[in-house]
Amino acid sequence: MHWIIAPVILPAMLAPIIAYVMRHDITLARVVSFAGVLGLLGLAIGLFVMASGGETFVYRLGDWPAPFGIVLVLDRLSALMVFLTAILALVVLYHVVATGWDKRGRHFHALYQFQLMGIVGAFLTGDAFNLFVFFEVLLIASYGLMIHAGGKIRLKAGLQYVVMNLAGSTLFLFALGTLYASTGTLNIADMAVKIAQVPVEDAALVRVAGILLLFVFAVKAALFPMQFWLPATYSNAPAPVAALFAIMTKVGTYAILRIHTIAFGPEAGAIGDMVTAWLVPMAALTLAVGAVGVFGAKRLELLIAYAVIGSMGTMMLAVAAMTPATASAAIYYMLNSTLAAAALFLFADLYLSRRDEDGRLILAAPLSQNGLFAAAFFAAGIAMVGMPPFSGFLGKLLILEALSDGPHITLAFSAILIGSLVMILGFVRAGSILFWKSVTVSPDPDAEAAPPLTLSQGAGMGALVALLVALTLFAGPIYDVGAAAADQLFFPQGYIEAVLAPHGEG
Amino acid sequence: MEFLVASAVGILTAGGVYLILRLRAFPVILGLALLSYAVNLFLFSTGRLVVNAAPILNPYGDQPYTDPLPQALVLTAIVISFGMTAVLVMISLGSFFENESDEINLDADDAAEERAK
Repeated sequence: MHWIIAPVILPAMLAPIIAYVMRHDITLARVVSFAGVLGLLGLAIGLFVMASGGETFVYRLGDWPAPFGIVLVLDRLSALMVFLTAILALVVLYHVVATGWDKRGRHFHALYQFQLMGIVGAFLTGDAFNLFVFFEVLLIASYGLMIHAGGKIRLKAGLQYVVMNLAGSTLFLFALGTLYASTGTLNIADMAVKIAQVPVEDAALVRVAGILLLFVFAVKAALFPMQFWLPATYSNAPAPVAALFAIMTKVGTYAILRIHTIAFGPEAGAIGDMVTAWLVPMAALTLAVGAVGVFGAKRLELLIAYAVIGSMGTMMLAVAAMTPATASAAIYYMLNSTLAAAALFLFADLYLSRRDEDGRLILAAPLSQNGLFAAAFFAAGIAMVGMPPFSGFLGKLLILEALSDGPHITLAFSAILIGSLVMILGFVRAGSILFWKSVTVSPDPDAEAAPPLTLSQGAGMGALVALLVALTLFAGPIYDVGAAAADQLFFPQGYIEAVLAPHGEG
Repeated sequence: MEFLVASAVGILTAGGVYLILRLRAFPVILGLALLSYAVNLFLFSTGRLVVNAAPILNPYGDQPYTDPLPQALVLTAIVISFGMTAVLVMISLGSFFENESDEINLDADDAAEERAK
């Protein structure tokens, strides 16, 4: 049963080897990095199959029993997230190698592996302090990736990103301290048991801790009012790195799903509906900010970054309702929005590297493969804003249907529908400037023609679009997987019993 | 004792928050350092404040003991915040040498560049 920790160990071992042994040999580093991500994908598929039976697997580090030792927990949701991470990591790594991004700075592959270690660890851990540690691992790697290849604005944006997240980490520690002081435990399952026993008159401190934790995860998930770091970071990071970061906002979503359903969920007695009451308006405002940002963005990458914020708002509206049906819809939508955002960022990388107006949405001479780029933008764009026929539409439909018998129906429906409309308008504006009106601009005869897109460079983006198509075609089975994960998530007794069992197989 | 620790955490946090709202990198780094001191002190007190007691359970008597877990958490938090501060100093130095200023704000800079084009 040591397989559960393997996806954390594998990148953790590879990263230093790549950093210290292969730093002068980019070919070797690429091969090893690829092998590592392929191995991670293999492990993720194995764990996914293992967890699909519905059992909750617990890995006790050092075989210490649960509330005292650190545990890793594998259930359907964490297995699904690890699987998604591995797929995205493979595609983005391929794109990075095919476009030569990893040669523009140093230690890309080592940082990439550390980043994967942190993300996978955050999905698998069953201990709140351990979650903090994995957050730090993924953040410190992301700082390096964010400023990869350097540049004035990128370094400055990177500095802001680091400061923002360090402040967030401090808040996380305050939250954990408050939680430990009031419940005496940091194990998520044990915390759920203790919080359910807190009498109403003593609940104030636990409520404070719960809301602090919610805000910490909201920073990661870029929810209003903590969304402001995301546009500057994502639009200034190297585009493939921003594509990988598409999964990092989902780490925040996952943490809210995990901790706030199990420990602060509807069954947590004194804490009750507190989380929903805060999350619903936050999510609606996030969606509004994202939509307005998409509409007003002056640069293509900024537009995509705001679209990510908008999709986080949509997803959070579903997560906030805290029922199995809305969580299943949110999980399906999460798969879609991660892949669509990554596809858009990879598109931005391919497209902007062939034009020289710095990503600004202005008229410029079209590229020789204008139609191809337009089709790619169109495909990824409609998946992102949620237009038929792609999975974004299905995801939104599922969310709307799941929310339709909830108490927040008016707010949720108007936010999602109006937000989608404004986002569609924003994407239409960008697309028509870049691809349609640009046809009228005659190319500068002296300018050197941009190199055409080769199959090998476009394959990463193509793979993501193919995945989106697959997500649409197999929407039924994939939704069932998400629904099964949500059912397991909303049956916390299974999780708690598995973690706190007196002696496991270890 | 409680008053001393509580006011120390409060003052450090207040100073830290004030400093991270500055526009220059150097005060922001100092502010984050102050915040991390504050949180370390705070974590210490989460296991209740006990003076002159070892963090060891004694099976032979009813001697007072202090909760060892927050001490381990503080150690982890110190290591992480120390490392993070080092990274932050390096990145801000990089940004300082590239931009020839240690201002944090991005928008003014972006807009200026936009105008220059």
